[in-house]
Amino acid sequence: MHRKIVALQEELHGISSTQRDKFPAFRPGDLIRVHERITETTGEESKERIQVFEGIVLQIRGRGASRMLTVRKESFGIGVEKIFPLHSPKVAQIELVEKRRARRARLFYLRRQNTP
Amino acid sequence: MALGMLGRKLGMMQWFDAQGNALAATVIEAEPNVVVQIKTEESDGYRGLQMGFIRLKEARVNRSIQGRFEKIKVEPRRHLREFRMDDVSTYQVGQEITVGIFQEGERICVSGISKGKGFAGVMKRHDFRGGDASHGSDSHRRPGSIGNIRATGKVFRGHPMAGHMGAERVTVKGLMVLKADLARNLVVLKGAVPGPRGCLVELRKDA
Repeated sequence: MHRKIVALQEELHGISSTQRDKFPAFRPGDLIRVHERITETTGEESKERIQVFEGIVLQIRGRGASRMLTVRKESFGIGVEKIFPLHSPKVAQIELVEKRRARRARLFYLRRQNTP
Repeated sequence: MALGMLGRKLGMMQWFDAQGNALAATVIEAEPNVVVQIKTEESDGYRGLQMGFIRLKEARVNRSIQGRFEKIKVEPRRHLREFRMDDVSTYQVGQEITVGIFQEGERICVSGISKGKGFAGVMKRHDFRGGDASHGSDSHRRPGSIGNIRATGKVFRGHPMAGHMGAERVTVKGLMVLKADLARNLVVLKGAVPGPRGCLVELRKDA
C-alpha cells in the first residue's frame, strides 16, 4: 500500500493517528490474549462467540489499519501460530497479560526452541 | 446509458467490511462535478450530460474557454467529459453532481487510461508461453513461428506480435461501491481501477 494512503485508510476506518491502536500497547515478546469473534454456522442458524488465543507476539508488521500481528503459543506440545489483522472487526479485544523483554523485533528464533 | 461523474484515482488500500473480511479497494476522489452542457435529441441527435471536473487556475483560462464558461456562468473546469443518458430532463446547466449519486453496495462501471507498458514482448502483451528457459534453449521470450512457408506464404493480418501496450482506454464493469463519502468527496470501490495514482477516471452508474 502506498504511504500516501495510510493516513486516509486510518481515517476511513475510524482509527485516530495519535493513539495508533485501540488496544493496549504491546511489543514483540509480550504475552497477550486476543479475543476473536467466531461465527459458527449450523444449517441455517449462525451464532457468534468469542474465542481467546493467548500467546507471545512474534512480530507486528504493516502500517495504518493494515497492521498484522503474529501470535504464537504451544498447544499440547505443538507450536501454533495465528496471524491477526489488528484492525479487523473480528478482533474484539486484546489484553496485555505480561510484558516481557525482547531484544529484537522479530522473534522467529522461538520456533526453534521448546519454550512456548 | 446512465448518470456518471469524473474522479481522480488516489490509490488502493485494504478495506474491512462489516463481516471483517479484508478487501482490496480503490479510493477515488471526486469533488463535485458541474453540468456544463446538456445534449438533447433535437440539437445533437442524442441525449447526454457534459460534465466538468477540477477548477481551472485563472492563468490557464484562455479566451475561448473563458467565453464558453462565462456564457453558462460556471467557473472554468479542467476536464470535460460527456456521459450518454436516457433522460436528461431533470438536469440543468450549472447543477452540481456529487458522489452522493452512488449508494453503498451498488455496482458501477469505471473507465480510465491504463498504465503504459511501453514496447512489450509477446509474453507480456499476448500471454504467449515463450520458449524453454533451459535445456539449451536460446528462445526464451520469443514468439516462435508467425506463419507457414509454402501453404500461405505470408503473415496473416492482425497476427499477435510485440509492440506498444497499455496507455489505452479500459473499462471495468461491476465494481461494488464500498463507501460513498459525501463529506470527504470520496468513493471506495472494491477491486482495481485502470490507470496510475492520480489519473482521471469516469464513474458510471450502469453496471
